[in-house]
Amino acid sequence: MRWAAGYFFVAPALLLIAVFFVFPVFSAFLLSFTDFDIYSLGNIEYLRFVGIDNYINLFGNSRFWTALGNTFYFVAVGGPLSVLVSLGAALLINSKLVRLKTLFRTVYFLPVVTTLVAVAVMWRYLYHPRYGLLNFALSGIGIEPIDWLGDPFWAMPAIILMAAWKNFGYNMIIFLAGLQSIPDSLYEAARVDGANRWHQFRYVTLPMLAPTFLFVGIITMIGYFQLFAEPYVMTQGGPSNATLSVVLFMYEEGFRWWNLGNAAAIAFVLFVIILAVTLLQLRLQRER
Amino acid sequence: MDRVVRLVIYALLFLGLVVTATPLLWMVSASFMGSGEASTYPPRLLPSAATLDHYVALFSRLNLGRYAFNSALLATAITLVSLFLNSMAGYAFAKLRFTGRDRIFKALLAALVIPVQVTMLPLFLMLKQMGLVNTYWGVLIPGMANIFGIFLIRQYALSIPDSLLDAARIDGASEFRIYWSLVLPLCKPILVTLALFTFMGAWNDFMWPLIVLTDDSMYTLPVALANLLGEHVLDTELMMAGSVLTILPVTMLFIVLQRSYVEGIMMGSLKD
Repeated sequence: MRWAAGYFFVAPALLLIAVFFVFPVFSAFLLSFTDFDIYSLGNIEYLRFVGIDNYINLFGNSRFWTALGNTFYFVAVGGPLSVLVSLGAALLINSKLVRLKTLFRTVYFLPVVTTLVAVAVMWRYLYHPRYGLLNFALSGIGIEPIDWLGDPFWAMPAIILMAAWKNFGYNMIIFLAGLQSIPDSLYEAARVDGANRWHQFRYVTLPMLAPTFLFVGIITMIGYFQLFAEPYVMTQGGPSNATLSVVLFMYEEGFRWWNLGNAAAIAFVLFVIILAVTLLQLRLQRER
Repeated sequence: MDRVVRLVIYALLFLGLVVTATPLLWMVSASFMGSGEASTYPPRLLPSAATLDHYVALFSRLNLGRYAFNSALLATAITLVSLFLNSMAGYAFAKLRFTGRDRIFKALLAALVIPVQVTMLPLFLMLKQMGLVNTYWGVLIPGMANIFGIFLIRQYALSIPDSLLDAARIDGASEFRIYWSLVLPLCKPILVTLALFTFMGAWNDFMWPLIVLTDDSMYTLPVALANLLGEHVLDTELMMAGSVLTILPVTMLFIVLQRSYVEGIMMGSLKD
């Protein structure tokens, strides 16, 4: 009786996940070996299996390499930046010398709950080379106006900055939980041994935060590889493809040009990369 | 020494406060400025005379009420349905015995690493086949159950004592009744948290609604906003009013229920 009950309770959710998540994943894999395009969309009889042609074409496509390079740039610079800002904010708020902790925490967290599209629209204006608040603030310390979203060199840094502003509050909360779980007795023991602030941080706080770092690192990395709305809203992948991300490239191939076979191949390459980097991070952590 | 350190810490914290809050405050302020006022040099921080013109224009000319309705309807429906299905599954994974339970659960967790974009292309074709592209169902269906929600409920339900459930069984309560009148009330804190997560996630979601909703009248707020930007990119104040309206509901919800939200993040980050 209780056996049947277990299946009865999980069945609806599992069925939905199987049909609308697992099945599409396998279908996407098959799709990536076909030439599914706008003609097949009209009449499925035009569909042909093309083996690994989509992947070969992809690896010969310079736009794909640009998108991949940009995405790695965003992950490799933006990821660590946002994690470090999160850690810094958590350390400051967690300090015993600070009051008004809730106020700081709440305000720091606000950007996380806001709608990405809306704040991306707002940042477009903040980044305006002439009227934007950011260049005005920078001119106060003598920095010449920067064409943040119009200059291929600055466009990706601009998106990275905006993403750090939007996201750091989330990891900050996780770091705060990690910091609060470190027993005071460890710090006391370190102080008895003559450890100063830096030593306490280096030899107590950091090692104790290692599992938190792993978790934060993995979820941030997975999220950052899926960069889409920021370039879609702020730059449309420009200027001269400087902010074209893998997911934006997939969206354009799949839903603008209806090359669904190609787009599926792009999606799978992204999946394999995310999987590989996740496993690598887990492995590195274990070795340490 | 402590006094200097304290001063430095507060200085950094206030700097953080300014950097975090200024963009949002400017967004609100600019939304009340007269047309063109947000595009001046040096930039204005406050409107010379506050006006509601842009808000009025959004509702009267630009159909914003319709988009807000779509967003609210979809986010509410996704929240209610997924809360029901995820809580049933999460409870079963925590407390009911059935063959393959732990193996299925592990497989679900492993699937969390799959980026959702992989599913979007076939999902679109499936929904097209079913005639559900450009309908509310197209947005609702993929959101009706999700692995993270099941995981969160399971972690919480693990702490329910078996003796309590067994006592109810001895009293002759059916399994569904036990779930409905015993487990759900006990899980209330995590249900509130998950409801909040789900509602905000659905409200803020962009890529899937952008793909599956093709007709203007079906757009959710984020899709409408991105679309509006195409034509009104020079109307800074109007775009800021639209942005304010889009983030207002979720921000208010967070401020009222932030305890539940923050606790949920911490729970989600705990490994089992």
